[in-house]
Amino acid sequence: MKVYPFIIEFLQIAVLLGVAPAFTGWVRMLKCWTQGRTSAGLFQPYRDIVKLFSKDVILADNASWIFRFTPYLIFGAAVLAGGVIPMLSIDLPLTSTADVIVLVALFAIARFFTALAGMDIGTAFGGMGSSREMTIASLAEPAMLMAIFTVSLASKSTSLSQMVHVIYSGQSVLRPSLVFALLAFILIALAETGRIPVDNPATHLELTMIHEAMILEYSGRHLALIEWAGMMKLFLFAALGIATFFPWGIAASGDIGFIPAAFLVMTLKLGVAGAGLVLIETGLAKMRIFRLAEFLGSAFLLATLGMLSYFILE
Amino acid sequence: MNIHIAAQINSFLAAFVLLTAFGMLVQRRMYGLVHLFTWQGLFLSLNTAVVGYVAQRHHLYISSVLTLALKVILLPYILHVLIQRLKVHKEIETVVNVPMTMLIGIALVIFSYHLMSPVRELSTLVTRSTLAVALATVMIGLLMMITRKHAVTQIIGFLAMENGLFFAATSATYGMPLVVELGVALDILIAAFIFGIFFFHIHTTFDSLDVEQMARLKEED
Repeated sequence: MKVYPFIIEFLQIAVLLGVAPAFTGWVRMLKCWTQGRTSAGLFQPYRDIVKLFSKDVILADNASWIFRFTPYLIFGAAVLAGGVIPMLSIDLPLTSTADVIVLVALFAIARFFTALAGMDIGTAFGGMGSSREMTIASLAEPAMLMAIFTVSLASKSTSLSQMVHVIYSGQSVLRPSLVFALLAFILIALAETGRIPVDNPATHLELTMIHEAMILEYSGRHLALIEWAGMMKLFLFAALGIATFFPWGIAASGDIGFIPAAFLVMTLKLGVAGAGLVLIETGLAKMRIFRLAEFLGSAFLLATLGMLSYFILE
Repeated sequence: MNIHIAAQINSFLAAFVLLTAFGMLVQRRMYGLVHLFTWQGLFLSLNTAVVGYVAQRHHLYISSVLTLALKVILLPYILHVLIQRLKVHKEIETVVNVPMTMLIGIALVIFSYHLMSPVRELSTLVTRSTLAVALATVMIGLLMMITRKHAVTQIIGFLAMENGLFFAATSATYGMPLVVELGVALDILIAAFIFGIFFFHIHTTFDSLDVEQMARLKEED
């Protein structure tokens, strides 16, 4: 048994934990610049997390175990997902334990418990947030699976490592199905990570918030874990998009010597992905919630067209 | 550029033609529709040129240039002028149940794939796989004409259908004879002018371009 892949696995989880807040900080910083504001800097999310960890937890009297358990579960699910997605190297031991469908399920479990915790306290905002979140989830998940199945069709496997490997060594770059899948994936990623056309991550306005409404009652280390997990989720979706559609530069074999170069390339690609996200967020206004069916319907349409064009055109 | 890459570019452009067709199906704004129509014409023209290169049929270059002049420059210009003169550029049409229309569109794509698969088996052309996309574009244009109520939108649907037919001709038989293509191009041009005149008449009579109004055409008794 080789040792290096396991070291890379741990390295990757460390990178996930360490770099995710910086990625969020980068997105916030760029967003401030595009809107003509002074930014709080790249490292503000770290300071936020440290501050929240040092504060006391305040629990409502009627909070059940679900409310206390959820932050740890969300955090754990995000870390686990980070072990499955190839970020630095294709050769990861954990990818053989969980394929891409399990990955979607991991995100679904985290979402399910967030929604439960939102309703647990019994405040009106929590319930409203949960109901909206589940509405979005019911529309986003089929589209997500459809987009992933399109890529799986092209690479003949649902294992992420295998998918990345096939795309990485693929001869044909011009595949219509992959372009459609990428477009669908971008729309879904915006919805899943709660970015602007769907949800505004910076708002606490009661009429529009979705994700923030569910976690409104959290404080202290619970909130820190949830915020950190949210940052990791954004990072993971960016990493998943990069790994599935632009894997060039990733370390193809389980050799530790390639890791620094792979890390550098990954940072560059993440920087570009963050800039793209900021362009989308600055260019679009938040959508009315009843328009979301159309937005996610188009994501589903694009994913389905990708699948069809695999059969028709390739 | 070898044949393999050209075939890939061909299917890529076909995918974009299909994408613009779907975009038009759900687009609410008039100018957005005209822009999408222009893009579709551009993809079509590029595709025709690529097919002309692959098949070594030089008359396809002529029809590609013709498409570029007519469907990318002239027709969108005429539509722009019409929309401005008729003052419908601010109008945002209500599209009935967009997700449902999308699902019907997907069903039409699957149907055309199914319908065209025997032809695909028989054909030996490089472009045989895009035939299903061409048929789907025709059907989506038809669907657009059925689901929309605004006269200008219906005409754009009609023109999109014609795009699909042209595309089908290119992918099924490497294009029609040049005489036929010239004839069709002239027809489309004349049709666009006649539509323009009709729009003005409809607009002056009903003060709207909503074809629902035409239900009141019958005399009161």
